[in-house]
Amino acid sequence: MTASARIAPPSGLLHELGAPARAGHDPASVALNRHRAYPLPVLGSALFLAALFAVAAAPGLFTAHDPLVGDVLEGLKAPDWAHPFGTDRLGRDVLARTLYGARYSLLIGLGGMTVSVLAGVFLGILAGQRNRFLDEVTSRLFDVLSSFPGVLLAMLVVTFLGQGMLNIALAVGIAGIPKFGRIVRAQTQLVRDADYVTQAAIYGLGRRQIFLQHVLPNVLVAVPVIATVYIGSTILTVSGLSFLGLGPQPPTPEWGVMLAESRDVLRVAWWPAVFPGAAITLTVIAFSTVGVFLQKRFEGRIA
Amino acid sequence: MGSRALWSRVVARLGTSIIVAWASVTAAFLALHALPGRIEDILAGDIDTPGLREAIAAEWGLDQSLLAQYRAFLSRIAGGDLGTSYVLRQPVREIVGSQLWPTVQLALTAGVLAVALAVTVALLTAGRGRLSRKVASAIELVLASTPVFWIGILLLMLFSFTLRWFPVSGANGWQSLVLPAIALALPTAGLLAQVLREAIEKALDQPFVTTIRARGVGELTIRTRHLLRHASLPAVTLGGWLIGGLLGGAVITEKVFGRPGLGSVTLGAVLTHDVPVVLAVVLLAAFIHVAASTLLDILYLLIDPRLRTA
Repeated sequence: MTASARIAPPSGLLHELGAPARAGHDPASVALNRHRAYPLPVLGSALFLAALFAVAAAPGLFTAHDPLVGDVLEGLKAPDWAHPFGTDRLGRDVLARTLYGARYSLLIGLGGMTVSVLAGVFLGILAGQRNRFLDEVTSRLFDVLSSFPGVLLAMLVVTFLGQGMLNIALAVGIAGIPKFGRIVRAQTQLVRDADYVTQAAIYGLGRRQIFLQHVLPNVLVAVPVIATVYIGSTILTVSGLSFLGLGPQPPTPEWGVMLAESRDVLRVAWWPAVFPGAAITLTVIAFSTVGVFLQKRFEGRIA
Repeated sequence: MGSRALWSRVVARLGTSIIVAWASVTAAFLALHALPGRIEDILAGDIDTPGLREAIAAEWGLDQSLLAQYRAFLSRIAGGDLGTSYVLRQPVREIVGSQLWPTVQLALTAGVLAVALAVTVALLTAGRGRLSRKVASAIELVLASTPVFWIGILLLMLFSFTLRWFPVSGANGWQSLVLPAIALALPTAGLLAQVLREAIEKALDQPFVTTIRARGVGELTIRTRHLLRHASLPAVTLGGWLIGGLLGGAVITEKVFGRPGLGSVTLGAVLTHDVPVVLAVVLLAAFIHVAASTLLDILYLLIDPRLRTA
């Protein structure tokens, strides 16, 4: 680091929070990273995510039990060989419900993410242009949106639109626009001021051509990486809203819904509360680990 | 850099905040009007008594022009009048006012706890051995990735049902505040500690640390007096997020622990489509958020001379 008081934010976390990105990476650490290609936690997380997507695509392959039907007489059985995660109050297999739950978390999480990405990319690119007025207006729009706490903003959207999976995906997506938009804005500015863009201008390319051939592709290349870092927090918010009863309704085997149901039987059974919660946490950890790793890989190209 | 330039920055910051606060009120007004359906129906929620629609139309001045309605809305909000809940048949201000304190108490306690935890862990582990840093950052990643309500459920299971140290629900005395505050604080603390440690480690590399060490100043003093001040700067960018996260998290935590507060009020209002109440809570949270982050930013302008030149 130079003597100038430059304070660089840590890699993934600040980005995730939508703080303005600042450049501050030293070449030495990039070079080091290149040798340690795939650290163990990253490999583990990638494998976990692969398994998660497989389970979400075909949960029936991984369990013989029905997630919706159970024998009430078999209710609240502790984990054993027949039910490795035990059974819930209605005798439904908790393992089956947890496996089927992957589908909902991923679907709602990715759906919400898509809303944030589409709106965030559009507004972020708009803000990143050399137009102070546009920048000021869009940035203030991000300020306003992010001044509403995400969970509460999502609750307002649900009040207007009603409960349900599609609606909480939309609600979480809207709440996520500012953090995504701010990063895309920083990324656009980074590309806009890059040497190759200046070169292109010197070669006499028009503004439109520069934008389409250089700026846009280099902004978009960052999007999947940023999305991976983000999706974890989207899944966290979604599970919170489901826990409050605003998303999918019982008997849907969604992780947040399952945890809300487990709260009522907590006095007698720990297993319905432990496994779905662990599923959420592991999923979020895996996405963040892979996301931050990708971000480091792209260091210098991504704001 | 004179104090005049400093004050002009402070005033500019205040101005931005006022604009953001005004814009959030305007956004709420526009959202109400942009929604499909009549405003009377939206505001009435699930209630349908004869004459109610007319009463709402009269209270909100719906027969007047949009501009007049907007002006009335602005001046009402500015005067602290949040309207009427037609579902609960009570002024929103009374509903929110009576439930505000338990939530603020929870959010504040959790906030102080999170900052204290994060600062302690970051100061103790930054720049120390590889192993202790790895262990600490692994724990922080897990905490930051865990939903508040799951931590709450686990704490309940362990400390209320198994060990019986704390009450299961309610809001009587400090005992009922301990578990909710810890549950709400832990994810925030995990994230904050991570940010603080990276910032302290960046500051550790700077030449001024060597200078201070050469003066014979002890390691603990260097960390608490100098490094922490440097490191708190990046952490301040988290200030706004922290407050928003605590307010939103408080709503969920209250549900887990069956605590009274804005959480149960808001949740009830969402389910009965009681728009005036939800709108008031959301606007209030936005104001608290804007006010607190403005205060933090200004505080740091005063503390950190480097910021004033930017």
